[in-house]
Amino acid sequence: MDTLPILSILTWTPAVAAVLILFLPQLIKSPEAARANAARWIALVTTVIVFALTLWMTLAFDETKAGYQFVERADWYGMIQYHLGIDGISVLLILLTSFLMPLCILASWTSIEKRVVEYMAAFLLLQTLMIGVFCALDIVLFYIFFEAGLIPMYLIIGIWGGKNRVYAAYKFFLYTLLGSLFLLIAIAWMAITAKTTSIPDLQAFEFAKDAQTWLWLAFFASFAVKMPMWPVHTWLPDAHVEAPTAGSVILAGVLLKMGGYGFLRFSLPMFPEASNAFAPFVFALSGIAIVYTSLVAFRQTDIKKLIAYSSVAHMGFVTMGIFSGNEQGIQGALFQMLSHGVISGALFLCVGVIYDRMHTREIAQYGGLVNRMPIYAAVFLLFTMGNVGLPGTSGFVGEILTMQGAFNVDPVTAMVAASGVILSAAYMLTLYRKVIFGTIVNPALNTITDMNAREIAIFVPLIAAALYLGFQPNIIFDQTATSAVALVDAFHANFK
Amino acid sequence: MAINQTMTAELFFQQVPYILPEITLAVGALIITLIGAFMGDKGSRLVTWLCVATIVAAGSMAVLHMPAEQVVVFSGSYAADGFSAYAKLIIALTAGSALLLSIDFLAEKKLDKPEFPVLALLATLGMFIMVSAHDLIALYVGVEMQSLALYVLAAYARDDAKSSEAGLKYFVLGALSSGLLLYGCSLVYGFTGSVNFDVIAAQVADERSIGVVFGLVFILCGLAFKMSAAPFHMWTPDVYEGSPTVSTAFFASAPKVAASVLFARVCFEAFGPLQKDWLGIVMIMAVLSMAIGALFALQQTNIKRLLAYSSIANMGYALVAIACGPEFGPKALLVFVSIYAITSVGLFGVVLSLRNAEGERVETISALSGLSRSNPLLASALTMLLFSVMGIPPLAGFFGKWEVILATSASGLLPLAIVLILASVVSAFYYLRIIKTVWFDEPRIAMVPVGASTTLTLTGATFVLAALTLVIGLVGSAASIAGAGFH
Repeated sequence: MDTLPILSILTWTPAVAAVLILFLPQLIKSPEAARANAARWIALVTTVIVFALTLWMTLAFDETKAGYQFVERADWYGMIQYHLGIDGISVLLILLTSFLMPLCILASWTSIEKRVVEYMAAFLLLQTLMIGVFCALDIVLFYIFFEAGLIPMYLIIGIWGGKNRVYAAYKFFLYTLLGSLFLLIAIAWMAITAKTTSIPDLQAFEFAKDAQTWLWLAFFASFAVKMPMWPVHTWLPDAHVEAPTAGSVILAGVLLKMGGYGFLRFSLPMFPEASNAFAPFVFALSGIAIVYTSLVAFRQTDIKKLIAYSSVAHMGFVTMGIFSGNEQGIQGALFQMLSHGVISGALFLCVGVIYDRMHTREIAQYGGLVNRMPIYAAVFLLFTMGNVGLPGTSGFVGEILTMQGAFNVDPVTAMVAASGVILSAAYMLTLYRKVIFGTIVNPALNTITDMNAREIAIFVPLIAAALYLGFQPNIIFDQTATSAVALVDAFHANFK
Repeated sequence: MAINQTMTAELFFQQVPYILPEITLAVGALIITLIGAFMGDKGSRLVTWLCVATIVAAGSMAVLHMPAEQVVVFSGSYAADGFSAYAKLIIALTAGSALLLSIDFLAEKKLDKPEFPVLALLATLGMFIMVSAHDLIALYVGVEMQSLALYVLAAYARDDAKSSEAGLKYFVLGALSSGLLLYGCSLVYGFTGSVNFDVIAAQVADERSIGVVFGLVFILCGLAFKMSAAPFHMWTPDVYEGSPTVSTAFFASAPKVAASVLFARVCFEAFGPLQKDWLGIVMIMAVLSMAIGALFALQQTNIKRLLAYSSIANMGYALVAIACGPEFGPKALLVFVSIYAITSVGLFGVVLSLRNAEGERVETISALSGLSRSNPLLASALTMLLFSVMGIPPLAGFFGKWEVILATSASGLLPLAIVLILASVVSAFYYLRIIKTVWFDEPRIAMVPVGASTTLTLTGATFVLAALTLVIGLVGSAASIAGAGFH
């Protein structure tokens, strides 16, 4: 290896910091409060450094090349290799992860009061695993990162979550575990059949048509749960509602993207025939997800639950785009994943701002916030519009492209999905009206304060990202185009 | 090597190096018994350390003298190969650490007599013989040597009614299973005319007589009892719960390795040609063990009972590996079972470190509430060990399951893999319940920090075992070499 192992550095720096956080304060025997502060600062500095490194890596990434870059490869255990590398599909997802992490740490600065040391360590560990998922070029290594993420997330929901946290943590863990174990069987079968676990080799390997069907279903079981797609989405609202704010941000911003990433990295290139055959099935599920969960979102009384259901609906656009199998669809799906990561993350942070003050997420408890919190009202409005998909925000680009992609293949689903845009406007604007507009009815709101400097600092980068991506979507497409085109060409080469 | 050679003195000495580990254990046991007899109860700590040293020495000898190819010595009754050498190493490691864990517990309960370590040493000798057995006589001698020592260990707290009950239960049911085993051996001998595995295999390859199949069924049932595989698992929860915890720690680790390795050897070597016959039996036992182990554990409130059902489920996974046949099974079995055994001793190390504010030992899951506040280090070790048995990567337990699933794919037994996965998800539920109690619940009973209540031996051993769940490369690579050495 002649270059710097940047991917390993990115992956493991947070883990090293996590170990440091856990053990350093034990050694210096500092008081509880000092330990908590040290943990906060170490976590913030680490995540900022990782973000800077990721930015540098993204700039150094050569978007004109189709293959994997920054490849690191070493023998590890049996046929499993420590094999890392990125292409246009993964590079921006890593950037998204590193971008959201410092914001999550900042958002937890004061709202997490108990066991700060463990909390920060769990988050940093989670970052290692998330980056690892997007870097891994060995399918078992991918699975290890993918599955290991359950441990910190289970603890984050269960220790720092709300009232019903234990139920939510269990549901999250068992649902995801069941899905991914089927993936494990499929991986084992592929490893035996193709005699390799390297992702590029497996992508080149042609699996028999019958085998593709069940392999596709096994992968689907795992990624559909992670995504989540209707009807296996029911863990998500519970997990979101009970998780602490930063946990929700990471869950919506990054963990859900692993499902979409999995479809792009595995299902489409490795099982093209099965993907093609199952595309109508996925379209149907996506259409149902978009309309049904939008309607469900409309009836929610809990703000976080509403946003969680809207996430499921937005992920419906992603699956629709991916399985349209054309360039617009896949580019749109990637864009939608990134944009949703920013916007839904920001929306959960918005909920966090008022939850920290009022300790309730009931919509009925709020109303008239614009009178007391003008800055907050403006920020919330921007991200509401982004979630609706207003042109000029990043939400618009992904939706229009995935619909375009799907329209070429299946106009009916595209039309159903388009109705989802209207529905999302309906529930988001209703939410906004109920929470922000009107007069203050709840007397407890009379003393509520507007966002402080720390909170504004969290939102500035998110606002910038949402608007910049909305006006300059090409910055994303330039990075992803080559890889997306290569993926589409390889996919269609099977049907000529 | 030819089987019916007449044994000359020269030949005998040629073959001795292959059984050096067993000789070390046997001679060690005799000498240490004498030391124990002369020094009395006050020498028990020294005796324990001597036993640990003997076991470690025997284990390392087994690996250092590992032949490249299988060598069958003593008129075909004893096999030395990579498979057995690796199993011996793991048995030595887990039996040795279980002994280390016992020191403080026994001293506290005024049970610190030299008999305990010596019996454990003899049981270890029995296990060494089991994993190398290459004829039915050696098989039976090994099994009985191990079992008789274990019965006494179960009843070791003789003033405790529960412990006596456990010992008696274990003995009565164990004797029944030994009877089955012996009856099976005699049937096989009667129909094939030999007790040697190779001869039996050659005979049954020629002609499959129904008498041999009967014998095979009896032998497998007897061995399944020793493994505590369903439907021969009934004794396990009661014996685990009633025995002194240190004995349970011992039962739950090394004997499982020995019994499953012996089970594999009988299936692969003696009855390889009858794969069609034993495959069904092994598969049924595997499915039943996984289902019973997973489902019955859900209701348990006592940690030892819960771990008993967990060991039944894990033996089910080991049987899945055996069902994969001689080509793919051995490696998967060794990786899985060794990781399980190490994790298991580690879990008992944690259980042994637990006590409430009054200094009493606790065994219920609810008593663990808030352990993460009162003792974060112990809680972290417990959490790591539990995630490892659950099979969550990157911990070692995952690689055990990975090898088993890989083997099922290679041998076309995917339905078994699906049962394995369903059982894993159900088991995850009860392991998570412990983690939930430790991390999410508020403390109800104050825990004494681990360093204050126990000595360095216990703490050290527990944490080393927990740390081992992070190191998979070593275990895995060694097992691949050993598994490949199996013919």
